[in-house]
Order: sequence, then C-alpha cells, then structure tokens
Amino acid sequence: MAEALQSGMPVRLSLRRRLVNRAVMAATGVAALLVLIPLFLILGFLGAKGIGSVNWAFLTHTPVPVGELGGGMANAIVGTFMILGIASLIGVPWGIAGGIYLSEYGRNRFGNAIRFTADVLNGVPSIVTGMAVYGLVVVTQGHFSAFAGGIALGIMMIPIIVRATEEMLLMVPQTIREAALGLGIPQWRTTLSVTLRTASSGVITGIMLAFARVAGETAPLLFTAFGNQFWNLKLNQPTAALSLQVYTYAISPYEDWHRMAWAGALVLIVMIMGTISVVRIIASRGMLKGAA
Amino acid sequence: MGVGIEVRGLRAWFGASEALHGISVEMRPNTVTAIIGPSGCGKSTFVRCLNRMHETIPGARVEGEVRIGSTDVYGNGTPAVEVRRRVGMVFQKPNPFPTMTIYDNVAAGLKLNGFRNRRELDETVERSLHMAALWDEVKDGLKKQSGASLSGGQQQRLCIARALAVQPEVLLMDEPASALDPISTAKIEDLIYQLKERFTVVIVTHNMQQAARVAEWTGFFLMGDLIEFDKTQKIFTTPGDKRTEDYITGRFG
Repeated sequence: MAEALQSGMPVRLSLRRRLVNRAVMAATGVAALLVLIPLFLILGFLGAKGIGSVNWAFLTHTPVPVGELGGGMANAIVGTFMILGIASLIGVPWGIAGGIYLSEYGRNRFGNAIRFTADVLNGVPSIVTGMAVYGLVVVTQGHFSAFAGGIALGIMMIPIIVRATEEMLLMVPQTIREAALGLGIPQWRTTLSVTLRTASSGVITGIMLAFARVAGETAPLLFTAFGNQFWNLKLNQPTAALSLQVYTYAISPYEDWHRMAWAGALVLIVMIMGTISVVRIIASRGMLKGAA
Repeated sequence: MGVGIEVRGLRAWFGASEALHGISVEMRPNTVTAIIGPSGCGKSTFVRCLNRMHETIPGARVEGEVRIGSTDVYGNGTPAVEVRRRVGMVFQKPNPFPTMTIYDNVAAGLKLNGFRNRRELDETVERSLHMAALWDEVKDGLKKQSGASLSGGQQQRLCIARALAVQPEVLLMDEPASALDPISTAKIEDLIYQLKERFTVVIVTHNMQQAARVAEWTGFFLMGDLIEFDKTQKIFTTPGDKRTEDYITGRFG
C-alpha cells in the first residue's frame, strides 16, 4: 500500500481487508442494536400498557378510593416536581461546587478523600440514604415531608454531579485557564466564567444524569416524603410522588389500580424525558456556531 | 504607550529545580525584543515571570526584581491580576475561549473584570480587531460565531486582539507563530512590527529568521542563563559569545 501511495495510484484495499472491514462494521451495528432493544421494549411495553389509562382525569384529579371509577395522580405529579425541585436545589449547586473544588484545587490528600467518599456515597443503596434522612430529618421534625424526600434525593444527586463536574472541568485545557489568567481575570472569575462555562454542556449532561437517576427512585421516598392520597402543596407535609404511587398501586390486588400504575409509570418516564429535553433545548440555544 | 522593562537578579524554580539562574536585563519602551535559545533553556519561563504567570504552576517560585514601567511586579502591594492587565500575553497555541463568540473573546478581559459600558466595549472590540488585522475577516460573524470556528492563524490574531483589548503596556508573545503556516506567520510578524508603536513587545521564538525580521533587540538564553543581550544585528553577525555563535550557526540546539 505504501508503494501505491507513493506512485500516486488509487488505493484499493485487498478483498480480505474489505471483508474484515465489513464484518467488524456489521458487528458494531448489531451490538448497538442490541443495546437499543431492551430500551425500546420497555418504552413500548410501557406505552402500550399505560396509554389507555392516561386521560385528562388522570392528570388533573387526585386518587379515589378502591372501587370508585376515575381519579388520577395529579397530586403525585405535582409532588414529584416539588421533591425533584428541592433535590435539584440541594444537589446541583452543592455538586457543582464540590466538582470545582476537586478539579481546580483538589490535587491533594483531602481531595482524594472527598473523591473516595463521593464514590462510596454513590454506591450506597438508596434505601439506606432514605433511612438516614428519616433518622436525621423526619424524626427531628416529627413528620414526613416533601422537604425530607428532596433532601434524600438531593444527597443522591451530589456524588454523581461532583464527579461529572470534576471530569468535565479536567477536560478543559490548561491553556484556556492560562488565557483568562493572562488577561488579568481573577482566579474565581476564571473558574466560573471561563472554565465552568467551557465545560458547561458536559456538566449539564452530568446534572441530567443525576436528575434522571433520582427521579424514578422510590425507596428513599418511602419514609421521607411518605406519599399522600390528597392534594398537598406544603413542603413540610407528607407528599405524594409518582414513583411511590406506582409502587402502592402496582402491589395492590386491584385490576383497576394496576392500570393506574402503568399510566403513572408512563407519565413519570415522559416527565423525565420532557424535563431533559427542555433543559437540552435551553442549553443548546446558548451554543455557538463552530463551538467545540 | 509602551513602558520599559527592568529585570534584576531574576531566579525561577519549578519545585526544587532552578530554571532561571539570575537574569538581569533592561528593555526600552516601544521596542521589540526577541528571546531565542534551545528548548528548555528558560525562554518561556522568563517571559512568564514578567507577568507573574509562572507562579500559577503548582510548586513554582520566583526571586528577584522585575519592574514594568513604574510597577514593581513582585512588590509587596502589587496584585498579580493588576500586573497581568498591564502586561498582555499571547501563547504558543491559539487558545480562544471556545464557548464565547468572537466579540466576547475580545471583550473577555474587560467584561470579566466588571466593565459594562456597551458602547465603549463595542469600540474597544472593533479597535482591537483592527489592530490585530482581523476585523475584515470576522466583522460579519462577531456575535454569531464561536472563536473556535476560525482558522488557526485567525485564532491567533483573535488572541492578540483579546490581549490588546485590555490596553496593556507590554505584550509578551510566547512563540506566537510556531503552530501556524507561513502565510499566517507573515501576518503576525507584520502585526508585531506595527504593534511596537504602542507597546513594548517581547517575543519568544525558535525561529531565528523570525527574530531577525521582527526584533531590534535579541537575547540568547542557554540553560537558564542569559548569555548575551544586544542589538539583533550584532547578535546575528558578530556575537560576543562563542555559545551564541554556535547556536545561531546551528552547531547545537
């Protein structure tokens, strides 16, 4: 081939190489497809089972007692947003700040200790986090609340966001930081307005990952947010969440509730996908032509 | 206007290893000085000491005196950010801020230091891009295109414009053309020639023809020492030191 290149001849791959090339390409394609199959199976199954029970009443009404027809999960939809909002308010700023520390100042033993702790926290079963928050918040306050649920989920978001932020910031070339410092921009400004901004799309991906991870969590909410059959907009009261509602309905013996559980699961997935899409669209509006 | 640079007994370390062993030199206002020497001889470290960028590297340390105009660079009350605003720097590899527009790249030094006057920002951005000979090529995409969307040579001129926008008195250039093709290099060299009307320029270069073309003064560094500092013509025709002669005639380095 080297001779072919040198003599200016068009390069023709040998038959064997072309076949191997094809085979490997096909293999990677099949692998990609295999990855997608379970995903589409779940989404498809969920859609097929749930779509029939999603209607206006489902989205606007509170649950009704067994045997009564109708009713919905409006309170759980709102409750999920409340809990996730609190969780994000805790997890996002805390996680980003931690990630900034680790990447910009954390090349030392203290940084390594934090890194290790974050990884351990990431591996803690979510029900354990729920129990800890029960002991620390619910028992202290004397009641279940959306607040406690938000704290539990927020704690789960922190390690994911910390490590994602750190990794994304480390990918920003040192030369970019130097450019900013060389302009006489103070260190803290450089970190926030240049380094973090350069890494922002990756950091947002990390946040969305954390968000999606905790949005469907049930275990940590069991004894923190607790659930509620009625409307509640107060942060210090037991609050319904879709995941809890799905759990309660799915393990019930009633056919009617099973259908509601399917619908709840579908709505939850759509909510998560919708939130992620909206964030992506808003984030990509700030993107520039030709930006790396 | 440019100001003079006065360096006395400058020593610099990376951790325990000493990279500069006591450099003393004086550069006049509105001159272009080339710093030449083989790789690892301390050229970059030297210019990075002039705007206190050296100390941003973990474990790095500086001793000695540097005066830029009337500013005592390593004086007790002198903040590093203040020095860096007065001493602009252009780096070896073009490093525009990738998530910022061309406009924001040029305005970054002012905006991120709290400067908010829109009209003056507009004027400064346009003037800086004109000075960097980039205005005509980017004026249509100023607020739409990313700085990273430009070609390598354009990116480097954008970085020059960005450095000029904060209106420094001294401009340090660390091998500004080493990553560029000959045409872009020629543009940057033309630029340097014009810039000395307003700034004092110090340029590190591996390219001795480049030093001869743009600089009236040249300093030759070797293993952390300033071997010789003189008029460029003298350095390249009748160097006073055997080592300088060996280097420029290509016997080592």
